[in-house]
Amino acid sequence: MYAYFVSFLLSIVTYLLIDNVVLSRFYGICSFVGVGNKVKSAFSMGLAVVFVIVFATLICFPIYYYVLVPAGLPFMDTVVYILVIACLVQVVGFFIKKYSPALYKSLGIYLPLITTNCAVLGVVTENSNSGFDFGMSMANALGTSLGYLLMIVIFACIRMRLDSYTAPRAMKGVPLALITAGLMAMALMGLTGLGV
Amino acid sequence: MDEIARKRHHESFVAGIIKENPLFVAILGTCPALAVTTTLEAALGMGVLFTFVLVGSNVLISALRKLIPEEVETPAYIVIVATFVTVVKMLCEAYIPNLYSSLGVFLALLVVNCIVLGRAEAFANKNSVYDSFLDGIGNGIGYTLALLLIALIREVLGTGMITIGDIFTFLKVNGASIHLYILKGPTWDYSIYLFGTPAGAFFVFGVIMAVLAYKANKKKDREAAERRARAFAAAEAAKKAPSPIAPVAQVAPKGGND
Repeated sequence: MYAYFVSFLLSIVTYLLIDNVVLSRFYGICSFVGVGNKVKSAFSMGLAVVFVIVFATLICFPIYYYVLVPAGLPFMDTVVYILVIACLVQVVGFFIKKYSPALYKSLGIYLPLITTNCAVLGVVTENSNSGFDFGMSMANALGTSLGYLLMIVIFACIRMRLDSYTAPRAMKGVPLALITAGLMAMALMGLTGLGV
Repeated sequence: MDEIARKRHHESFVAGIIKENPLFVAILGTCPALAVTTTLEAALGMGVLFTFVLVGSNVLISALRKLIPEEVETPAYIVIVATFVTVVKMLCEAYIPNLYSSLGVFLALLVVNCIVLGRAEAFANKNSVYDSFLDGIGNGIGYTLALLLIALIREVLGTGMITIGDIFTFLKVNGASIHLYILKGPTWDYSIYLFGTPAGAFFVFGVIMAVLAYKANKKKDREAAERRARAFAAAEAAKKAPSPIAPVAQVAPKGGND
């Protein structure tokens, strides 16, 4: 039990920093580059992604192992997962709207975009492809989504600072953002030795 | 086939290749562009499978465009795309297992690829089946070429050579993969490991985008200079022409926004 708990925590750290979702597994680059330099909206977007990834894993895990596998339909996973995620995004939206209107206001426009965020589908597909058990699936979901939140907020902060410096005209905007992301990925490479 | 229709077909086909390239101009579908471009073969495989999914979904969505109610458009499109992705995934696993394992989860992630959904909403649900088919082929070729460009730079700089035959095993010669040594020789090795890593992917993509922006800026500047010269010539001509009333002050249009 203790050993399992340790490996659970270690996997969270691995997915959070060493094998980061955006900078080394390349999920959700579109939203990462697109959300721009507003720290507050980056935080809201990241929080919404954490919600959806954790709930999607909670729902997709039993669907895969108790419905699709016994029915002999594991190849239908992609179709089922994307439907679950699309419905989930709607439900999470209603839920947040009812219980926390303030949060809904700040998440509002980002919620529908999460359906097409590859991080969500990527995590649930990876969980069933790698045959993770429930604990490891949750560790993957938590680590990945928190890693996304962390990186998107740091990235927005850096871009806010970048905007106040002059850059060559051709580098402004997306090219500079990509180079910045590359430097962040290099910084994370320094943690590789910590991996489990 | 009349002239206008032929021109429209031509435009639907050509637009996606260079002028509206989905990756470099519209900046869509960036996740696979960074993830599967470590080798040329994986990039080619991804491009071909992507084209297949895009053409299939474009044609089916265009054929059903009058049947799908507007309220459930996006879910209906996602299900159509997911079906094609499942078909491609199973075919790939059966016939090119090496490609299947090297693309990994990114094959399933074609479902949420912004280009496929974007073409469905921007083109296929408004245009005829044949036009949508051509649009799918054009965008597919454009995306494949973009992936190949990134992969070529990354593979040559990262490993120092181009390897053919590891993924498409039928290209093997005498049971061995072909290696084209470029930055690497028997006694020397100038390859840069960084370009094979995720950080290198961001750098290569960023530099390509910067070069394209530089060229676009230059073109914009040239056009602005031409516009200024034309306005200046017109002002001169107005000054020379004898006119009883003083001409209204001519303001040259402001060009360039630097």
